[in-house]
Amino acid sequence: MKRVLAVVIASLCVCLAARAQERPVAFTGATLVTVSGPAVEDGVLVVHKGRIVAAGARASVSVPRDAQVVDARGKTIMPGLVDTHSHVGGGSGGDGSAPIQPDVRILDSIDVRDSGLRRARAGGITTVNVMPGSGHLLSGQTLYLKLRRGKIVDDLFIRDARGEPAGGIKMANGTNSLRPGSTGPFPGTRAKSAALVREQFTRAQEYREKVRRAGGDRSKLPPRDLALEALAEALEGRRVVHFHTHRHDDILTALRLAQEFGFRPVLHHVSEAWKVADEIARAKAPASVIVIDAPGGKLETMDVRMTNGAALERAGALVGFHTDDYITDSRFFMRQAGLAVRAGMSRERALRALTLSGAEMLGLKERVGSLEAGKDADFVVLSGDPLSVYTKVLETWVEGVRVFDRGNPEDRLYAVGGYGAGHDRAVHYDCFEDGEGQR
Amino acid sequence: MTGREFESRRGFRVPGDGRRVGTESSPAAARRLTSGALLLLLAFCLSPPPARAQLAVRGETVHTMAGRAVTDGVVLVRDGKIERVGPAASVQIPAGYKVVRARVVTPGLIDAHTVVGLSGYLNQPHDQMQLERSAPLQPELRATDAYDARERLVEWLRGFGVTTIHTGHGPGSLVSGQTMIAKTAGESVDEAALVPVAMVAATLGDGGRAEGGRAPGTHAKMFAMLRAELLKAQEYDRKQQAAKEGERPARDLRAEVLARVVRRELPLLVTVHRAHNIVAALRLAKEFNLRLVLDGAAESYLVADQIKAAGVPVIVHPTMFRAAGEAENLSMETAAALRKAGVHVALQSGFEGYVPKTRVVLFEAAAAAANGLSFEEALATVTIDAARLLGVEKRVGSIEAGKDADLALFDGDPFEYTTHVTAVIINGRLVSEEAR
Repeated sequence: MKRVLAVVIASLCVCLAARAQERPVAFTGATLVTVSGPAVEDGVLVVHKGRIVAAGARASVSVPRDAQVVDARGKTIMPGLVDTHSHVGGGSGGDGSAPIQPDVRILDSIDVRDSGLRRARAGGITTVNVMPGSGHLLSGQTLYLKLRRGKIVDDLFIRDARGEPAGGIKMANGTNSLRPGSTGPFPGTRAKSAALVREQFTRAQEYREKVRRAGGDRSKLPPRDLALEALAEALEGRRVVHFHTHRHDDILTALRLAQEFGFRPVLHHVSEAWKVADEIARAKAPASVIVIDAPGGKLETMDVRMTNGAALERAGALVGFHTDDYITDSRFFMRQAGLAVRAGMSRERALRALTLSGAEMLGLKERVGSLEAGKDADFVVLSGDPLSVYTKVLETWVEGVRVFDRGNPEDRLYAVGGYGAGHDRAVHYDCFEDGEGQR
Repeated sequence: MTGREFESRRGFRVPGDGRRVGTESSPAAARRLTSGALLLLLAFCLSPPPARAQLAVRGETVHTMAGRAVTDGVVLVRDGKIERVGPAASVQIPAGYKVVRARVVTPGLIDAHTVVGLSGYLNQPHDQMQLERSAPLQPELRATDAYDARERLVEWLRGFGVTTIHTGHGPGSLVSGQTMIAKTAGESVDEAALVPVAMVAATLGDGGRAEGGRAPGTHAKMFAMLRAELLKAQEYDRKQQAAKEGERPARDLRAEVLARVVRRELPLLVTVHRAHNIVAALRLAKEFNLRLVLDGAAESYLVADQIKAAGVPVIVHPTMFRAAGEAENLSMETAAALRKAGVHVALQSGFEGYVPKTRVVLFEAAAAAANGLSFEEALATVTIDAARLLGVEKRVGSIEAGKDADLALFDGDPFEYTTHVTAVIINGRLVSEEAR
């Protein structure tokens, strides 16, 4: 009975936190890792109505009279983490019928109750690019999500200027999208892979030109083609192309294609980035790297190095990180920055790579990625230094709402694991479940 | 080729050549270098390589794992063994000893369960030797017939301070084969092997099920098949023991190995995750009086008392293991929970089928130290406790006089992400000085 009561109280706390945005909240005394500027000791962070009102030294920030003040001394607050490449939510992309499927949207397949989203919140992630896989040259449209506590996927959308759910395009080269020996539609070689991609982008250029010439006259518009429409959005720069690529020659091929058609690439994984860091920097292509525990696992990653982040930083490229959950667990996203620093990256750039650089890659740097007045109130309260193994994510906030609280037994279950944390037997007690999840 | 020749050829230590970061020559060695560098070089070229250098490892903190950590400690290494360990104030460094400095010194780390050496980093059919799928029960498969001492991941682990690994046939069939214990140095399996036959590996859960209608298709069938095989082994053993000289029944390689299991000479290493399967494994061990070692054991925290009562040790899954499949309910705090219940615990890097191809037990212990274990307890899971679990504590696992000189050197807290392993010593030789 006591336990039931505790759960009810815990749920009540979550619900209060989820709604408490009429009054400003001020966190005082924390170390603020603002990312946009130097770290601030004894800082104050004020959030109100989902936005950051102020972030700075105690002397420079005035706490609103009606604010709820939270003593955060001894804690560190940093921007919510931006994971540029994840597979949480169990979404799917294209099927085996064709190697290029730009019409397929992952947003039609996301389960927001997936335990992966809960683990991501526990890891301090507030913005995530969920992507279909790398088994295609182009596996579909990706989706940028805010990890709000939502009931349906729409509750987590990030709307672009047109009010559409924001996302990119997922492409891949190298071996994952090859089917050597197949006589089907999939390529058997790298050159064929590039040729198939060029062919489709050429079609999209033509389609775009037809649309342009129609000049808004419906009678002159070509029949709507969902695939070419999405590719045209990539050509116009409205959709970033998230390009899975490992080997140095594949990286150069991705850059070559991007230059030929003018789409905006973000290179992902880039296992051999250390070999072509200067070329990546010269092309001004952002690179999202993953720091993994050992080389290999497949031929393309035999030369992966933990020094990729450092090499790209030295070359002057924009560096981000990603979990590729479930290649690495979202709860250990911050660890990547720690290991990258171990391998020579600067602390400043590594922390930026977890946040603001990732936001830049998703075209969201005006809204998230740093502790600056006017930005979304997405932040993480940490028990200590972000690069320390001993540091815990205590709280994760999205738009002024606490979506993870380590002090809440249920949230803690997802943070450390334990019975019931498994995907098959997810238990939900939060306010959005309406009793449906009360098992 | 001997290991010494191999190391010399690779340009590893000869006396007096150590002008690298973090190392210095003692005055005596420096004098020898200046007085006769050319002579030394000539001698090196013409004659067998000189005996290995004696080492003095000086650490601001030395975690001996045998008593309290020593502040400003010295570890003297002579002829591959630890000669002496103690505070610098009381341990004098003899002339001619090459001095290596570090902020923190620990015993060489022990990975209590991996498949490195059998499961290669390329992940191609030709380098995946940890699992033979032709039959569900093949205890006769020897790890020593498959271990590649020069595999890149062996070197990778070594660079992070891992000096001993318990490796061999992996999870994935009912009884997949034998395991071995190896040092991560040496050019061949014979040079590397510490214990050529360590355990017999079994999987009691979904990983051990055969596909396509073949047996075993269910968990219950797996236990039935294993019980039948153990009964056969008992019978075989009885006949062999009872037979007069010259009248012994024909050798059966499979029964021979399982006979060693039922005689308690070899532990049965059971990879199992679900609580009810763990309980079933304990039941099996009791029925046949086996030496059971639980492996993985994601839900073991639910039955810690039963495990404790059975006196069974657990090699816990990697702390950062993926919570999926039968391990979906794993907890990062399992090592702490079991330890609290009095269960003997060690940590492992486990088996990885894709990217990354292996985990590093140093990192898994670090994550455990951040999730319920104290620093000393976490370090013990990859040093002395792992050594005891594997039965090699007389050789490795702590820094004590007489033990193998296997050491890991760090420039800070070994568990911090940003700390580097600055040097690794195996059998008294500096095998890595590249900061990692």
